[in-house]
Amino acid sequence: MSTLLQAENLEVHFPIKKGVFSRTVGYVYAVDGVDFHLNKGETLGIVGESGCGKTTAGMAVMGLTPATGGRIMFADRDLAAMRRYELKKLRSSMQLIFQDPYSSLNPRMTVNQIIADPMDVHGVYLGRERKDRLAFLLETVGLTPEQGRRYPHEFSGGQRQRIGIARALALDPSIIIGDEPVSALDVSIQAQIINLLLRLKREFDLSLMVISHDLAVVEYLCDRIIVMYVGKIIEEAKYADLYKTPLHPYTQALLSAAPVSDPLREKNRILLHGDVPSPINPPTGCRFHTRCPKRMDICDKVEPEFTEMGEGHRVACHLYTAESGV
Amino acid sequence: MEGAEPTTPMGVPLYRRRWRRFYQHRRGYYSLILFTFLFTLSLFAECISNDKPFLLRHDGKYYFPILFSYPETDFGGDFATEADYLDPYMHELLDSPGDFMLFPPNRYSYDTINMGIEGPVPAPPSGANFLGTDDRGRDVLARLIYGFRLSVLFGLSLTFIGTTVGIIAGAIQGYVGGRTDLFAQRFIEIWSSMPELYLLIIFSSIFSPSLLLLLILLSLFSWMGLSDYVRAEFFKGRNLEYVTAARALGVNNLTIMRRHLLPNAMTPVITFLPFRMSAAILALTSLDFLGLGVPPSTPSLGELLAQGKANIDAWWLSLSSFVVLVGMLILLIFIGEALRDVFDPRRK
Repeated sequence: MSTLLQAENLEVHFPIKKGVFSRTVGYVYAVDGVDFHLNKGETLGIVGESGCGKTTAGMAVMGLTPATGGRIMFADRDLAAMRRYELKKLRSSMQLIFQDPYSSLNPRMTVNQIIADPMDVHGVYLGRERKDRLAFLLETVGLTPEQGRRYPHEFSGGQRQRIGIARALALDPSIIIGDEPVSALDVSIQAQIINLLLRLKREFDLSLMVISHDLAVVEYLCDRIIVMYVGKIIEEAKYADLYKTPLHPYTQALLSAAPVSDPLREKNRILLHGDVPSPINPPTGCRFHTRCPKRMDICDKVEPEFTEMGEGHRVACHLYTAESGV
Repeated sequence: MEGAEPTTPMGVPLYRRRWRRFYQHRRGYYSLILFTFLFTLSLFAECISNDKPFLLRHDGKYYFPILFSYPETDFGGDFATEADYLDPYMHELLDSPGDFMLFPPNRYSYDTINMGIEGPVPAPPSGANFLGTDDRGRDVLARLIYGFRLSVLFGLSLTFIGTTVGIIAGAIQGYVGGRTDLFAQRFIEIWSSMPELYLLIIFSSIFSPSLLLLLILLSLFSWMGLSDYVRAEFFKGRNLEYVTAARALGVNNLTIMRRHLLPNAMTPVITFLPFRMSAAILALTSLDFLGLGVPPSTPSLGELLAQGKANIDAWWLSLSSFVVLVGMLILLIFIGEALRDVFDPRRK
């Protein structure tokens, strides 16, 4: 499997400005040194609670939020070193699906105009090809070509999300980044959209990156999962490994909080106390030490390094570092 | 739910639904029709009220004085200056059989002085001057027609310039935001606190008054109210996901502003148009009334009102200009009301 997209030590820090002269008084460490990669044909999930930096990481990869540090490589080329026209070309191979199917479609454009917009921008599928392409895309996402003449407000949330997906597919991208692609939808519609994404991934040979707080969604979609907490990755594992043997105490707590469909099954809830620390002033050492049920003396002093725990499974926790003897 | 057929009224594009709603607003609709009709009519003021005939026949030859200027000598007169077709002398010249002059309905232009008035000016309405004359013997009806046209044209251009500048300023402020917005907003605060009227008085005493100068001076101030609304709309719009989507596609900023943000920011712009226009007309009229407006002899409603005030017993001056001015403003306000209702999101 070849690596398509790689982020090395990615940092996004937002300056906090105060006063008349806009002095920078501090930073929001939204994404603070994150490494991950996306292989061709796989689905990578990024999970974490709100404010952990998962969306910012996705936006930085797309170039919509400038990264303040680190590198993003696309097909072994550094995005920062690319020229404008190269970046524009790159845009066509990376596309976004948005969370809110209501605000992500311009209410004044017809569906055809919305889907054709990317083709106009990049000057592809011109003339007679356009009509066929639009019909093909609409049919691919489960709409009819006739519906292309309508306006977004005439569609339900699920249909709108399909329109958003058709727009993302318009330029034959190789990567699609879904930022909470189904969280705004009804649970019954969520399943349809997830199945659609899985089918499109096969048909179009796509690599997906799914950002979500919903473990059930990630479970269905993803091959590999990254868990983020306050701007850092704390655990990364293949889907099966993570669900079977979560290592980091935070991941364990997160998984124990996911609803189970069987009401009679005994739940072993791990309750965390306190709030998520602010990314403006992240805790020293391990960022989770303020809430960790298995806290040790070392945790608030030394930041844990990643420990490899089996194939592709790494965790940043002192419970598993060499010194603690595991 | 998925694939459900949308109902028909929702299938109609927004602008057509709005047009239908405007049409249903009878008062506004008829005001628009009447205003457009009057304005179009006034654009042909030269054919309605003019001291030159459409057609003139002399010695078997046809002349078109409304289009071309002919010297008096062409008709057998003494001087090489342009013929005065209202002069009784012309009637004496055109004495050969078959000679005639075909005049517009009102035989005076805005600056024609009726030399045939017996008695003092301003002269009351008569068969020759339907609405009387002003204090210089010029026909009031002619001055009203031309004054109406000038007011509307002035209002249109001032509204157009102010709206364009307001949209551009507001769009840049709202889209760029940050420091640009901060400084622009402070500039607007300072600029809007300048005493407009004093500035106009000062400028009109330095420069010789002209319509262009007035237009420029009033434009300097007329854009500010609107830019705030456009700025707010752009602020709201720039973080919407479809704008992020457009940016993710690599659409450049100008196109995003034009295609994705501006159409959604047009509601305050369009709603304010008629009100802005009536404000612009009123501004011109008040400046004319104060004698700070258009140069002398230009047909103007404000100047006519001032004459009415100076000659309070010449009721035809104040009454006729008052009726025209109020009528014009009422039509614009009715149109504006209808537009406001059409664009009101709470009225479905």
